[in-house]
This record gives sequence, C-alpha cells and structure tokens, in this order.
Amino acid sequence: MLEINNIVTGYGDMKVLDGITLSVAEGETVALVGSNGAGKTTLLRAISGLIPVWSGNITFNGQDTTKLPAHELPALGIAHIPQGRGVLAQVSVYDNLLLGAYIPSAKSRREESLKEVFKIFPILEEKKTHLGGSLSGGQQQMLAIGRALMSHPKLMILDEPSLGLAPIVVDSVFKIIKDISAQGVSILLIEQNLVEALAVSSRGYVLETGRIALQGKSADLFNNDAVRAAYLGL
Amino acid sequence: MGTGIFLQTTLNGLMIGGVYALVAVGLTLIFGVMKIVNFAQGEFVMLGMYISWMLAHFAGIGPYEGLAISAVIMFLIGYLVFRLLIVRVIGKKDEEFILLTLGLSIFLQNAILMIFSADYLTVTSSMKDSALSFADLTLTLPRIIAFSVALTAVAVLTFLLQKTDTGRAMRACAESREIATVLGINPMRSFTLAFCIGIALAGIAGVLLTPMFYVYPGVGTLFNTTAFVVVVLGGMGSVPGALLGGLIIGIVESLTGSYVSLDLSQLGTFVIFLIVLFFRPSGLFGKRT
Repeated sequence: MLEINNIVTGYGDMKVLDGITLSVAEGETVALVGSNGAGKTTLLRAISGLIPVWSGNITFNGQDTTKLPAHELPALGIAHIPQGRGVLAQVSVYDNLLLGAYIPSAKSRREESLKEVFKIFPILEEKKTHLGGSLSGGQQQMLAIGRALMSHPKLMILDEPSLGLAPIVVDSVFKIIKDISAQGVSILLIEQNLVEALAVSSRGYVLETGRIALQGKSADLFNNDAVRAAYLGL
Repeated sequence: MGTGIFLQTTLNGLMIGGVYALVAVGLTLIFGVMKIVNFAQGEFVMLGMYISWMLAHFAGIGPYEGLAISAVIMFLIGYLVFRLLIVRVIGKKDEEFILLTLGLSIFLQNAILMIFSADYLTVTSSMKDSALSFADLTLTLPRIIAFSVALTAVAVLTFLLQKTDTGRAMRACAESREIATVLGINPMRSFTLAFCIGIALAGIAGVLLTPMFYVYPGVGTLFNTTAFVVVVLGGMGSVPGALLGGLIIGIVESLTGSYVSLDLSQLGTFVIFLIVLFFRPSGLFGKRT
C-alpha cells in the first residue's frame, strides 16, 4: 500500500535521510524505532509531503505521491497524527473533530463518524464544547486519534503517540491502536517505547542516523541482541 | 454640560466606532489567519470611498444602493493584490510583508493622487440629512446606517468563522498551517479568502463613510492609525476584540473631541490604549503567551 523507495531528504543543506526504503502492506502495523535524531519524524513528514523529497519516490496504492502537495494526501486516505498530537488548542473539541472530516469523501458521512468516535471516546462527547488545548495529554491524544478516524483513513501515521503520557494512559492508547488495526487500517508508528511498539506491530524498522540499520518481524527484532543492548539496556 | 450632551456625544462615537470596528476586523482577520500585518488597510478604506464616489459620479448609484457592488469590486481588488503581491511574502520574514504593505500604501495613495488629483470630493445621498430623534437625542441617518451595516457585517463574518467548514478551515490555518495541511485543508485557499474578506470589509467601511467624510487620497491614513490601535487594544487576531475595541475607541474619540478639544480627539484614544495595554499587554481578548 505504502512504498517508500530509496528516499533522500533533509532540511536546508543538511541531509537527514540517506536512502530509506520501507513499505507498509494493507492492514499491516509497522513500527519505526530508533534513537533521537535518527530521522524518524523527518521520514513521516516526507511521507505526508510536509517537506520535499530530494530524490527517490513514494507511492501510495500505486499512485506516485512524491510531488503531490501535502493537503491532497488526506483525500487519498493518509491520516498523519504529528508529534505533539496536533490538536488545535484554540478550537473546540467538536470543531477539531469536524475538521477531521474536512475532505469531501468524509464530509458526507460526518454525523455517523462522529457517533462512532464518541462511542470509542465518550470523554470527547462530554467535553465537546471545551477548547482542544484545555484537555489533558491523554484526552488530547484521544482527540487526535478520533479526529484522524473521522477521515476514514486507509493508513494512519502516528508520531510518538505515547510521548508525555502517564503509563496507564499509554496502555490504553496502544489498545486503541490495536483496535483500529483490527478494523483493517494500516498503521505506521514511530515510538521511543520499544516494548509497546514491537508488541503492537507485526514488522519493524530500526532507523539509525538516516539509514535503516535493521528490519524484520517485530518478534525477531525484540529478541535481537543488538536492539536489546541499544534500546532496552539489556 | 448636561447629560444630554454626554449621551449625544457617546452615541455619535458609538456609531462611528462601528465603522472603526469594521476596518479593524478586516485587519485582525488578515493578521490572525496569515500572520501578516496589512499596513495598507487604511488605503483600502480610501479605495472603497473612491469606488463609492465613482459609482455616484459616473453611474448615479448612491453609496448605500451601490454597497454590494462596491464590496464585490473590493473583494476582487483584494484577490488581485493577493495573487500579484501578498502571495510572495507568505511565510517569509516579517520585514518582507512590512515593506510590501507599507510600499503598497504609498503606491495606492500616489496612484489615486495622480488619477483624481488632491481635490476633496463629496458623495451625496438623499438620506444624508435625514435624522432620527428620540427625546433630546438626534442621530443622522448615515451614522445609523453605517453602524448597523458594520455590525451586520461583523456578525456575518463571525457566523462564517464559527459555523461553516470554510471558517473552521480558516481558524485551523490561523493556529497552525501545518496541522491544517495534514487535515487536507489547502492553506493558500484560506489565506486568499481571509485577505479578500479583510479588504472587502475595509472597502465597505469606506463606502459607509463617504456621506460623512471628504474623499481625498490621504484619507486612509486617518483610519490606519485608528485601526491598528483598535486591533492591538482588542488583541491581535481576535474578531470580538476588534469589535469591542472599535466601539470603545469611537466613543473615547468622540468624548475627547467634545469635552477636551476637537484637535486632541486622538489623544484620548492613545491614553485609553496605553492604560489597557498596561493592565492587559496582550489586549482585551488577546491570548496570553
């Protein structure tokens, strides 16, 4: 479904990604792990068109999206939840959710989508008139995921969903990610939390200074000595 | 002086404050959504006045009858200015839009001076001298119309921003261009619309002012200063702030003009401005950061 072929990109003159090849199949959950500064967020931003790709290409469901403007990607079925959750702080919870269904294909079934999201996250219905910025970290993450669901995505891209959340909230976020995956949505997930990330995914990539250092089944990565030494201190 | 004069002065100020609010709402909308301060906002008020004069002079259409036509023409002028000029400075350093819009302000003043000369022009309306009286109070019809139309325009804009998808998209862009983009919103579309609406509001204000003010190339500078004071007073980017700020400044200016001296009417404005900023540095409705 998502094919990334040897892409190189960066900021200004600084090269951050140096030839990344990666794929996500239909219905698959893929984890992308690596230390700070490895280029994980940059890769997600390149996929979403937020930064231009210097060379290589990206295709989604067979369509070359490398040069498409970023705002045209959601209509193809890509929902990107940026780092820091991307909740609009000055906009109400309700309007945040409606904005999730801004693309024409989602707008027509906005009301039923809203009902579904409120069923998964009752707290959002309770707080629908509150400003996005007034929610707690965990509630903001629910809002970000709920807003992404409003667009009925084929691929959901999550940039560190557990960042800054209490451990008990992290567990429920990963449970939700599992549920979304069970509905057939493909997921590409960045995480610092290696244990959770590899538990929820079927395959994983380890990114090191702009290159893929390792890839394979999540279970194999989890048992890989180098990975355990580098990321789990074992 | 008695309470009658006080009330009359306050009411006159309130009416004209509605027009200040309209100019400022346009300015604050452009700033809020695009993070660009349009230093030529007053010149677009001036253009609105000249369009109104031309409609009256060449086509015999009075300012109020031609209000919708003038608004549409101003919207299109806004579109042209956006596509030709503003689009080049979006997302760039602040100096770029400052130089561009200041330059545009000087250009518009001088272009109009070249075409129409520095003569003071007037637009008359059959309603110009009509007035409504209530007890001791008298309000001229142009003031009442200006106030009502200005408030209606602000109400329509507020509805657009709060209750429509187009408005939600503009608010999303105002907060974060990047978040808006990943939701499938084309920021350039929101920017274009915000700018054109902002310019159309300045133009409508200009039309509403023509029966009360002389039309001349430099008239916009009067409104530039006031509009900036109103926007900062209300809180940069806040539409309700600009509305309240406009009404306050209108009243203060009118009272200072009556009770202190007509020459000093702007003094009161700045005194209030400084007092408010002393206690609320980010303005009445500003977001504290």
